Amino acid sequence: MIAEQVAPTTDRAEAADGQAPIVELTGVAAAYRDRTVLRGIDLAIAPGERVAIVGPNGAGKSSLLRVITGTLHPSAGRVTLAGDPIEQLDRMAIARRLAVVPQAASLPFAARVEEVVGLGRLPHEDPFRGHRPGDRAAIAAAIDRVGVGGLLGRDARELSLGERQLVLLAMAVAQAAPLLVLDEPTVHLDLRHQVETMDLLVDLNRRDGATILAVLHDLGLASHFFPRLVLLAGGSVVADGLPAEVLSDDRIRDVFGVDPGFVRRAGAPGPAETRDEAGGVGSVVERDRDAGPR
Amino acid sequence: MATRTDILGAPLAHPGWLERARSRPGVLVAGSVVALLVVLVLAVGLGTVAVAPGDTVAILAHRLLGLDIGGTWTPAAETIVVDLRLPRVLSAMIVGLGLAVAGTTFQGILRNPLADPYVLGTASGAALGAAIAVLIPVRTVFLEFGLVQVLAFIGALLAVAVVYRFSRTGTLAPLTSLLLTGYAVGSLLAAGLAMTMYLSGTNLRQIFFYLLGGFEGSSWLQLALTTPIILAATVAILLRARSLNGFLLGEEAAAHLGVDVRRERVILLGLASLITAAAVSIAGLIGFVGLVVPHVVRLVVGPNARRVLPLSALIGASLLAGADLVARLVGGIPVGIVTAVIGAPFFLVLLRRARSGYEL
Repeated sequence: MIAEQVAPTTDRAEAADGQAPIVELTGVAAAYRDRTVLRGIDLAIAPGERVAIVGPNGAGKSSLLRVITGTLHPSAGRVTLAGDPIEQLDRMAIARRLAVVPQAASLPFAARVEEVVGLGRLPHEDPFRGHRPGDRAAIAAAIDRVGVGGLLGRDARELSLGERQLVLLAMAVAQAAPLLVLDEPTVHLDLRHQVETMDLLVDLNRRDGATILAVLHDLGLASHFFPRLVLLAGGSVVADGLPAEVLSDDRIRDVFGVDPGFVRRAGAPGPAETRDEAGGVGSVVERDRDAGPR
Repeated sequence: MATRTDILGAPLAHPGWLERARSRPGVLVAGSVVALLVVLVLAVGLGTVAVAPGDTVAILAHRLLGLDIGGTWTPAAETIVVDLRLPRVLSAMIVGLGLAVAGTTFQGILRNPLADPYVLGTASGAALGAAIAVLIPVRTVFLEFGLVQVLAFIGALLAVAVVYRFSRTGTLAPLTSLLLTGYAVGSLLAAGLAMTMYLSGTNLRQIFFYLLGGFEGSSWLQLALTTPIILAATVAILLRARSLNGFLLGEEAAAHLGVDVRRERVILLGLASLITAAAVSIAGLIGFVGLVVPHVVRLVVGPNARRVLPLSALIGASLLAGADLVARLVGGIPVGIVTAVIGAPFFLVLLRRARSGYEL
């Protein structure tokens, strides 16, 4: 498939003005052993953007995140974070530039909510003395910001998946990095928690100026809450731009192999796996176009 | 009395004893140090010839700190304390400290509550090394430090090195691979040990005693050779507590939190293996301390390695020295029996009283 660049939004043009992209990939390819998972990726994300990566299973979405976060080394091309080549940054430097919300991992030992959130200060804390007052203030602020104050003192393993996801998000917020990276943040969540999580991401983006980069399965959520979508298929960027333009009927048919009607029909009773897509891409995009970052 | 609060100042609903202890790590450390000193005085003073606690303290102050705090004692008492009991008690303490620190580290890196210091093959490597040493007829040449200790130390480190090397060639996730390789290599070494024991004839008893573990043969020389290794590696692990904390949510998350996972994993596993090898070489195989002490400490203070490591070290030292004292007093039974008999019920009670469902 040939990458087709959709005209950039005005939001992006403004945000990119005069600043180095917070993440930039140029001609990136990546492979696990001899299996190529990414090829010819060009992608630039400006500070303050809110970008969702979408695409079918196996399209390379998670691999793309791993390249951006420095845990998968590209076999070709270059990756820069705020202008600096990623291979010249050590893990601590990367962790101060981007925070990754982990998948809800199992904890081997009991750990309280505030202790898990406190892990977010790892790249900032004194290596020998641990948390200082500044770190504790950042932890308290993150707990407040994400609204998990009611969970303090509880063992993080006793929480529901939705609560745990919020705690991990609070941990990433405590990390205080300009770029927040999420891999399927809504998986396991019910509809209400999905929407709440998305609202929170939008709010972090608008009020705190955090740049958000998320892999999302749900095209409805992606197009409703993100002004820019990057569509991956077969390890390449197929389209990049406004949701309405990226998710055209033809592309949904080509890339996802389903009738576009499944994605479009708002609120119509349908198969369980498509019900989450309720909202309708077309109408949603119209509403969200004014709601872009600044 | 003011309401106790958590680290962020929110009032706690039910401040039980665990809660109070948790919010005052300084008190816990001070209490553990006091407990360690009490165990030291008791363990040095008690035995077939009892030395009064006052005299014990005076002798210890005189010989260790150069202080004269009065008191009169016989030269025999001083010989018993300094030449016989003190090296034994201090050996038990340094081994207990080392096993607890190594256990904390292995559990943290492998993210496995069942990991103990022997999980990567150190135990079977040391045992086979010791058994081979027993069978080598020229051992008398090396009598003073003992070929047994030297080969046990080498065997333990070789076993870990082999496990680590083999674990990196497969396609499994690194941690699963380490655990499974550790099990496989351990089984192979155990077969070698069984064969060696089968062939050992009259030396079987000597091998058996090594496997049970204990501090009968402790000497100042052994202590002088192993203490620097164990203490230096413990300090090095303490200085990496931040990395160990990063592993709590898994290796991927650790990398995102700024931990250089590959480097820290090999450094921390290497340091913990070094401690284990040194401990095993002078004490044989003593179970339970390295597995249980870190859990007990975590139940009280939470998972932060900055607190767990020093407290585990202190409590591991007290526990093993105390267990060795009990083993001595009840007629010289193997200390491993005592650690299990004291530790297991205590651990079970703590598991039941823990605030949350503590999964193992």
